[in-house]
Amino acid sequence: MTVNGKTVDAEVPDRTLLVHLLRDVVGLTATNVGCDTTSCGACTVLLDGQSVKSCTVLAAQADGHQVTTVEGLANGDGEMHPVQRAFHAEHGLQCGFCTPGMVMAAVSLLAENPRPTEEQVRTGLEGNLCRCTGYHNIVRAVLAAAEGGDSQ
Amino acid sequence: MIPAPFTYQRAGSVDEALSLAAQGGEDAKFLAGGHSLLPLMKLRLAVPEVLVDIGRLSELSYVREDNGHIAVGALTTHHDLANSSLLGGELPLLAHAAGQVGDPQIRHRGTIGGSLVHSDPAGDLPAVILVLDATLVARGPSGSREIPAGEFFEGLFETALAPGELLTEIRIPRPAQAGWSFQKFTKRAIDWAIVGAAVQGDQVALVHMGSTPLRASAVEQALAGGAAPAEAAARAADGTSPPEDINADREYREHLARVLVARGLAEARSRA
Repeated sequence: MTVNGKTVDAEVPDRTLLVHLLRDVVGLTATNVGCDTTSCGACTVLLDGQSVKSCTVLAAQADGHQVTTVEGLANGDGEMHPVQRAFHAEHGLQCGFCTPGMVMAAVSLLAENPRPTEEQVRTGLEGNLCRCTGYHNIVRAVLAAAEGGDSQ
Repeated sequence: MIPAPFTYQRAGSVDEALSLAAQGGEDAKFLAGGHSLLPLMKLRLAVPEVLVDIGRLSELSYVREDNGHIAVGALTTHHDLANSSLLGGELPLLAHAAGQVGDPQIRHRGTIGGSLVHSDPAGDLPAVILVLDATLVARGPSGSREIPAGEFFEGLFETALAPGELLTEIRIPRPAQAGWSFQKFTKRAIDWAIVGAAVQGDQVALVHMGSTPLRASAVEQALAGGAAPAEAAARAADGTSPPEDINADREYREHLARVLVARGLAEARSRA
């Protein structure tokens, strides 16, 4: 498969979940395992551009597809993605645990709906929980990223 | 949490999927989006020995008109159902309900076929296809057969599919009456329905009011007999045996059914 634009070739047991392949085999540890039950969204990555919960996808299901993690958002010069910049500027994080998943869910949301209303941002992030309950700033960050355009 | 060990096999065609499942025997399962099956496997509530991945059979992902009905491929994701312009125009109940399943990530992976064969009485889409009088098309080693939605759901996590049979298509007639509504009562946005109601015209189905999705027959009969919607909705819990769990006891579910059916009938009439 391709992870953040680089080809990854690995042989793993059939039952390996995508999140464990990313963390333990590829070494990309920004994607977190939170609830491990498809609820919290901490493990959200993009699979062919769409947000998915990588604790509920087998690595084998992603074979041959394109995976993007939060490590893959910044450009080659280390310049942050507009959604990352907006989370930074609007203080869209507290402890940071949900942030990689939240950012990836926001990138997918803005790809599908580049100019969402506040309500659409809130429903679009239904699959991601912030245990610090920092939702107001997260929503503000996504709206700011949309406002700035170029959020994809 | 990780699933118990299993052998992963990927099917390149429906025929290959059927043959791999037949070789795998009773402990083989089809894997579509995996959003019902993988969580169960991680909790070790399901322990299949063989998973036949049908997720790449793109020929089973479609929404199209076919001989006067709408045909939906079993591998169509909730996301694609919710965004289908054909469904939005012809079967807005199904498009809307698909957009209420889980959350965006789940809708990107989960499929209508997976949701139906999982046969969870708290699932949204089983009640929707029941109220729409859909027919399910299954393929097995000896060919295809059609199963009316009313005969498909046999119990908690049980369907009329035989081992090794694959749900391939859902055929839905154009509704005779246009007004529709989908009511879902949950504590949090992404939760399963504590109770739900799907309404199409004077047809009503209930989510999570028994071990399968149910038609609210008493309501439908009352409407057919000329009862006003509010009067008919008062009979929404008649003949049901709702489960009791951490979210609701029986009385509360019966109350929710009456309230949600009343709201659903009112909204459906406002859209007719």
